[in-house]
Amino acid sequence: MAALPRRIIKETQRLMQEPVPGISAVPDDSNARYFHVIVTGPEDSPFEGGLFKLELFLPEDYPMSAPKVRFITKIYHPNIDRLGRICLDILKDKWSPALQIRTVLLSIQALLSAPNPDDPLANDVAELWKVNESEAIRNAKEWTRRYAMDN
Amino acid sequence: MNVDDDTLYDDSGNETSGDDVDFVIDVDNASNKELHSYDDEYQYEVLSTDDIVQHMVDCIKEVNTVVQIPLTTTRILLNYFNWDKEKLMERFFDGNQDDLFKEAHVINPFKKVNAVKPKISNKLLGTEECDICFMVFPPTQMTGLECGHRFCYQCWNEYLTTKIMEEGVGQTIACAAHNCPILVDDQTAMRLLKDPRVKLKYQHLITNSFVECNRLLRWCPSPDCSFAIKVSYVEAKPVACRCGHVFCFACGENWHDPVRCGLLKKWQKKCDDDSETSNWIAANTKECPKCNATIEKDGGCNHMICKNQNCKADFCWVCLGPWEPHGSSWYNCNRYDEDEAKAARDAQEKSRAALQRYLFYCNRYMNHMQSLRFEHKLYASVKDKMEEMQQHNMSWIEVQFLKKAVDILCQCRQTLMYTYVFAYYLKKNNQSVIFEDNQKDLERATELLSEYLERDITQENLIDIKQKVQDKYRYCDGRRMALLDHVHEGYEKDWWVYSE
Repeated sequence: MAALPRRIIKETQRLMQEPVPGISAVPDDSNARYFHVIVTGPEDSPFEGGLFKLELFLPEDYPMSAPKVRFITKIYHPNIDRLGRICLDILKDKWSPALQIRTVLLSIQALLSAPNPDDPLANDVAELWKVNESEAIRNAKEWTRRYAMDN
Repeated sequence: MNVDDDTLYDDSGNETSGDDVDFVIDVDNASNKELHSYDDEYQYEVLSTDDIVQHMVDCIKEVNTVVQIPLTTTRILLNYFNWDKEKLMERFFDGNQDDLFKEAHVINPFKKVNAVKPKISNKLLGTEECDICFMVFPPTQMTGLECGHRFCYQCWNEYLTTKIMEEGVGQTIACAAHNCPILVDDQTAMRLLKDPRVKLKYQHLITNSFVECNRLLRWCPSPDCSFAIKVSYVEAKPVACRCGHVFCFACGENWHDPVRCGLLKKWQKKCDDDSETSNWIAANTKECPKCNATIEKDGGCNHMICKNQNCKADFCWVCLGPWEPHGSSWYNCNRYDEDEAKAARDAQEKSRAALQRYLFYCNRYMNHMQSLRFEHKLYASVKDKMEEMQQHNMSWIEVQFLKKAVDILCQCRQTLMYTYVFAYYLKKNNQSVIFEDNQKDLERATELLSEYLERDITQENLIDIKQKVQDKYRYCDGRRMALLDHVHEGYEKDWWVYSE
């Protein structure tokens, strides 16, 4: 693989020096483009108290194209599907090379605080979120307890 | 490479009045010649990519003489209004200009303010850090749009290249900063791009949206052809591209005289979708009279036993009535000719007849299409023959009749192909009978010419060939013209009645 671009080196350094509260992102020992991420569930959200594992990969043409991010921990959320894929505009058409790993992870954390059932990825979850929000939130809390609190 | 090559247009033309716009209407001689072989009246121009750019620039300048804003801004506005000049002017002078510029994602040129101050790096005063590559540069190596977001040249180049080559975006590339909607204008893009291939693609993306939005322009649909045709009014007429492809300006299909665009489209849809599958089902299957399951008869016996395990009805394939009486001495299918059974059979007869009719026309249409493909092989064999003749003291110009013969043969095949589409939809009347006679004559003449060129020519005396070939192709061409003229006359006089 080609040498790591300066941008990735610097970004990783800054991420280590000034970590984002509630988020940790550590590059893999064998692949500096692969990050092990842990996001803590935001306060006052059904995900509060949970620790969510994600994987983040910087593709060859990063930062011209967006990082690939996926939830590994199961999560009950209208914009995240069974496979952990995330529906977030900045990861797709709204990506800008001026965005960073830091900003992406902050946006994901914000998505946990403010689910958007009108732009769903997991249809059944979004449906329930719209017709019976309290039950959906109960489910989300239950999933958080079951999948995001053990380890 | 000089500076002008790098931009779509130079700014020096800013003050040019709109009167140089009209020159593009003149049809140059080369295309005029091609035009005559298809239709004398319908004038058109073949535009290369450069011509299209020039035409676009002229449009922009024309608008600009009125609105007086930077050319690049005008282009973005024009694109926003799908190149509808009147619409732009209307909004520009009657509406809220601030809203207009905001909607079109450009900075209002009358209110230039630097929205974002360049970020000055702390460590080294007087340098800036590029937010994309995290490198530190002197301000001269950083650049940006009116919105004030600045990045280094290298990153701009990479960003634009990704947008153009990976995402195929041209007209609507936004500033590289997050959430900044301001669009990159073409001059800036051409200035920042380095790779000539990317520039070419960018130019193509820009011109493409211009051509696609413009009613009077159409790309040549031939694969890998980059010419466009420009007309002064839209009509279903044949146009010949510089690449040799002849197509209908109105619909972009191969030239399809005598059938009109609408019917051809309907026909193609009919051939493409599976409406014929359902026709086949209707014609070749029946429904169980008890449970309505679709049944195909696969043997000779007319005693049907429905295979639906919950049904198992016994019935007669012929009359769809219960089978029981058929086994007895009073067997007579007609006996069960009740209204319902009759209606079912009638419906089936009808769809069977419709299918037969469709297949009749479709077979002939497909057959001519297939032949047309094979005739293209003739060009190669005819070329050999032409060379042979030239070795026998005939001049190059004298042997051109052979190529002409294949040209005519192909035209006849193509016309014949589309006559079957026309005929399929045609209702029978006195004129349609004449049309079918014309069609028959043309078909016979075409087959004779085809056979002669493909087979008989090898046994002929070289001297005799010319006369015979010319006689045959002239006759074919005459029959073809007669058929087309008759159909056109019918269009004018409303002779044609369609069945669907």
